Amino acid sequence: MNIGRFWFTTLWVFVLLFLALPIVIVALLSFSSASYLTFPPPAFGLRWYEAYLGSREWLASTWLSLGVAGCVVVLATTLGTLAALGLTRLRGATRAAVAALIVSPLIVPGIIAAIGIYYAFSRYRLVGTPIGLVLAHTCLAVPFVVTSVSASLAGLDRRLEQAALGLGATPWGTFRQVTLPLISPGVLVGALFAFITSFDELIVALFLSGSGAVTLPRRMWDDLRFEIDPTIAAVSTLTILLTAAILGGAHLMRRRGLFAER
Amino acid sequence: MIPAAAVAVPVRRTVTLAPVLLVAPLVAFMLIFYALPLAAMLSRSVSDPTWTLENYRRLAGDTVFLRVFWTTLRTALAVTIGALLLGYPVALAMSRLRRTAAGVVLIIVLLPFWTSVLVRSYAWMVLLGRKGLINEVLIATGLTDTPLKLLNTSLAVHVAMIHILLPYMILPIASVLRQMDEALPRAAAGLGAPPWNVFARVTLPLSMPGVAAGVLLVFVLSLGFYITPALVGGPRDFMLSMLIAQQVDLLNWPYAACLSATLLAATLLIIAVFQYLPGVRDVLKTVPR
Repeated sequence: MNIGRFWFTTLWVFVLLFLALPIVIVALLSFSSASYLTFPPPAFGLRWYEAYLGSREWLASTWLSLGVAGCVVVLATTLGTLAALGLTRLRGATRAAVAALIVSPLIVPGIIAAIGIYYAFSRYRLVGTPIGLVLAHTCLAVPFVVTSVSASLAGLDRRLEQAALGLGATPWGTFRQVTLPLISPGVLVGALFAFITSFDELIVALFLSGSGAVTLPRRMWDDLRFEIDPTIAAVSTLTILLTAAILGGAHLMRRRGLFAER
Repeated sequence: MIPAAAVAVPVRRTVTLAPVLLVAPLVAFMLIFYALPLAAMLSRSVSDPTWTLENYRRLAGDTVFLRVFWTTLRTALAVTIGALLLGYPVALAMSRLRRTAAGVVLIIVLLPFWTSVLVRSYAWMVLLGRKGLINEVLIATGLTDTPLKLLNTSLAVHVAMIHILLPYMILPIASVLRQMDEALPRAAAGLGAPPWNVFARVTLPLSMPGVAAGVLLVFVLSLGFYITPALVGGPRDFMLSMLIAQQVDLLNWPYAACLSATLLAATLLIIAVFQYLPGVRDVLKTVPR
């Protein structure tokens, strides 16, 4: 009986190590002082972070990715929040069709979305432009905003809105002063997910970046095809920290939001 | 006092007119930049050069497609089974641990979940390379003299994909196990069932909706995987998504569209089947990104 328990514990601890170790090792290696990837690192240093910060191309890609993700946050959060507000009041076939359209990017395999967008955008002359990436990434990010805001709206007491309207507030005033403050955690979580969706996105960027709009994941991909340069380990570690901070924040906020509703 | 009717009018108006206007901007945006581009691309499979189903008819005898499709299915199946076998114990442990310990496990599961697929694939390139950590350890311990070829093999694809998709298996199963009535396994144990029987005849059957949801997520995501097999796979691991990308590079749009429609149809078919399994829909709603 205890033997079974021993093997069970060994197994799940092993799986957790399997999950965590590759990421921990990349982070450790990024502080290596060696000029190539080697185990164990002869000494620790910041040379690969200096290489990253000293490279005009890496920095240009970083700013592009941050800029594109910033625009995606604004567009996806605005469009997605409005749509979530409308969606809760729609019924029947209209609601089903709109919901299906909105969640389709979660279901359609990335490669199909990427080449479909590439097919159309090459005609609109949007390939190799940041605008093309913003438009495409917004479509991929919108489902996260709509689901997050919809979850907030589902926990919203509708009588509060009715009370505001009944007391003479305009629909806009009701939205601004009652609805929006109550759903703001959902809107914020959606915005954070939209940011990460765009910042980490690679498959669409493989087709849309061209030579004029090389995002950070795209530059990592291009470099990886030739050699495993430790600069990528440094860039990876920085993006892991950024996404962990953002999504960890979103996770905490969502949990706190759930507690507040109860 | 204001008469009730005077209050009801503005309320009624916002309820009927607003919803369509609120969803319209997003619907228009997604139609123009997402749905219509996809439809236009997919339509090339039946409209090039004239309206025909010839492309699809040819797939049945297309040896390249059949081999790639088989590789894709085989990989997705191996990854799903691997993720289930490794993921279930972690989900079970999460449901049995105390609150703080379960929270630590959740963070360890979520950390790789939040790291991009590209970075995680890169991590496996670093680990599995000729001079990677695993080969260095094998040589240092004397298990092998020459470095093994681990990178660019099917093994690398399976290991890296299982690593990347494991959270999609663990989270739905853990969600079901957490909501399970703890009195049921305790009652079985109290009535004299040995631990293995409690698991096999009470806990496991009750967690099946979570297993089904996890299997659905991992299998469907595996089918369309592109980045990981392209980076860590060898020539024998050429998946459907890679064939599609290759055909686009060759500007062979009718064939690429035909392959895309096939992959999409397979994905939708599997989702449609799994959606009707009991409890799966409810579990999928509880899973975070």
